[in-house]
Amino acid sequence: MIRLENVTHAYEGRRVLCDISVELSEHRIGLIGANGSGKSTLARTLNGLVVPDSGRVSVDGLDTRTDARAIRRRVGFVFSDADTQIIMPTVAEDVEIGLRGSGLDRAEIRKRVDAVLARHGLADHRDHPAHLLSGGQKQMLALASVLVTEPDVLVCDEPTTLLDLRNVRVVEQILRGLPQQVILLTHHLDVLDGFDRVLVMDEGRIVFDGDPGEAVDFYVGLMDRRS
Amino acid sequence: MTSLGLYVPGRTPLHRAPAGVKLALLLAVVTVVVLLPPVGAAVAALVAAALYPLCGLPSHHLWGVLRPLLPFLALIALFQAVTAGPQVALGVCARLAAAVLAAGLVTLTTRVAEMLALFERLARPLRLVGVRPDWAALVLALTVRCVPMVAAAWRGAREACLARGIRPRPHRLVVPVVVGMVRSAEALGEAMSARGLD
Repeated sequence: MIRLENVTHAYEGRRVLCDISVELSEHRIGLIGANGSGKSTLARTLNGLVVPDSGRVSVDGLDTRTDARAIRRRVGFVFSDADTQIIMPTVAEDVEIGLRGSGLDRAEIRKRVDAVLARHGLADHRDHPAHLLSGGQKQMLALASVLVTEPDVLVCDEPTTLLDLRNVRVVEQILRGLPQQVILLTHHLDVLDGFDRVLVMDEGRIVFDGDPGEAVDFYVGLMDRRS
Repeated sequence: MTSLGLYVPGRTPLHRAPAGVKLALLLAVVTVVVLLPPVGAAVAALVAAALYPLCGLPSHHLWGVLRPLLPFLALIALFQAVTAGPQVALGVCARLAAAVLAAGLVTLTTRVAEMLALFERLARPLRLVGVRPDWAALVLALTVRCVPMVAAAWRGAREACLARGIRPRPHRLVVPVVVGMVRSAEALGEAMSARGLD
């Protein structure tokens, strides 16, 4: 269970999160909003990448302010630009590094890495340079690198933004099949079909919270009024 | 292949040998090559070159290792031939070529991760001065990872200039590349934190 209590945050005087209180417990949660609405900052508070100026974010009772390391083991994070998420030179090495310090022996690490690469269609690219993969493959690698650590929650910050339609579908299918709780930020509104709950953000506030269909209608209406 | 396009996957004995053994062998080979007479050094260079196909490395890898060295070899050969004679020129160039080819064999058959693990072990004494060897190894890995990032940033800035009809002179590329790299570094740092590597 993720809980936000009166969360407020500002960047250089500009408020990006305004007194947000919400509990996130559903299996599939979508988060939509215009650019600059605060959804990325909100997502970053969920695993302690951003510590709010005031208020509290907790995951299973652990506070992101004091237990960030423990929380990051529970909450995986996938960024929109997979390129910046790749840390190691080759595909397998990048997946492996997430298991550093996990206490697993080499054989178990290899087994887990091979399994996650196979699940994400990267088994044949094990020793390939990560930066030479296609955009879709890089996003698969980003997902694999996070999922190999078996987090309880996966927060995805617009993971399909830089992908073509085919790869959007692939990522969508993977996310739908995950046993973990998924919190997805996206501009691909059709991906939210079948989600349990969708939040709409605007100017640092949650302005709608409910069923995906209604949330998308609300968001479209909001954008229509703005333009 | 690695991020630098170096490691070539394979199952030859050299591929399977531990990184530490390969580095120790390299050190021994280079030491012996330095002590060899010019003809012996030339034979050593030929043997090193012959090992490439035997290790399953296509000829373009051999050429890729030799090509950057050729201008230097040409200059050194010319200088040595004029000042010390052709025998000395042959000896110096052959030793250099043999050493670089042997080093290339190690690089092409060793994963970066294996090298880093070795580096981590070798860096253990640094604990005495407060340096964590695993972090030192990670810094080295990130350095390797950043080479293609810098190249991509440079290529991107160059293409942006060309697309706008501006000649991509180096002084015009430096600022966007540096700004891009700072942004990339911030994003990489954030990604590392997100993966618990902080």
